[in-house]
Amino acid sequence: MDDRLSRVFSALADPIRRDMVARLAVADATVNELAEPYPVTVQAVSKHLKVLEDAGLVSRGKQAQRRPVHLEAEVFDLMTKWIERYRHEAEQRYRRLDAVLADLADEATPDVREGEAS
Amino acid sequence: MTTTTHSGTTHPETTIAADPAVPTIRISREFAAPPAAVFRAHTDPDLVARWLGPRSVTMVMERWDATTGGAYRYKHTRGDEEYGFYGSFHEVREPSRIVQTFTFEGFPDGVCLETLTLTDLGDGRTRLDAVSVYDSIEVRDMALSSGMQTGVAEGYEQLDEVLAS
Repeated sequence: MDDRLSRVFSALADPIRRDMVARLAVADATVNELAEPYPVTVQAVSKHLKVLEDAGLVSRGKQAQRRPVHLEAEVFDLMTKWIERYRHEAEQRYRRLDAVLADLADEATPDVREGEAS
Repeated sequence: MTTTTHSGTTHPETTIAADPAVPTIRISREFAAPPAAVFRAHTDPDLVARWLGPRSVTMVMERWDATTGGAYRYKHTRGDEEYGFYGSFHEVREPSRIVQTFTFEGFPDGVCLETLTLTDLGDGRTRLDAVSVYDSIEVRDMALSSGMQTGVAEGYEQLDEVLAS
């Protein structure tokens, strides 16, 4: 598996990090704002942020005081592509199944016409 | 984490949903065949070998007993590469339900539970709904991403062939 994708997956394997990402999808937020709803320390939230940052999922602003956390939408485009590829592979598999089913219908057709739907 | 759909040309669309909170993958697809035929294509090993694996691999059925309490093992081979898969058939109920486990031998600690439901839509059509439940979201995501190795290039090739026939 692609290294970057594995970092993304393990980063998103944690429920708090997934929740943080969901909230950042709405708007940028400071570390304190992000930490507010969780029963964990700001330090723990900072550690979660570091994991998200290393995975390229979020970046930190440059302003000295606030340093708002920003979601990198491009990574999610990558994931959408990745799910689309999985879907595409399933689609190819089912098109092979379509062909098998068409053959089965052909086998049944020559002699037995009754019961044929088409 | 997202649902994608794709309007195919002459083919029904396959929909995929990967829940952000639960380690599942759901797939739905309609087929222009009655449930009995779709069921047979999932249980007859000669038929399964014709569609289940990617085009680039040869599928070798080493064991295949698609009955309740039965089991299966097959290999995908491509040149020197060999990948084994095995599992149990928990329930095989003709013509509407197949419940089985699935393990990739390269990752023997992982087991996926797959439930396949075939719904008769009438007029010789069937809807297939497949739900795969993984051990964890991380393993589910790895399974999703494994499609990247084989998917695109050979996929379009086969699409062309199917559309031409």
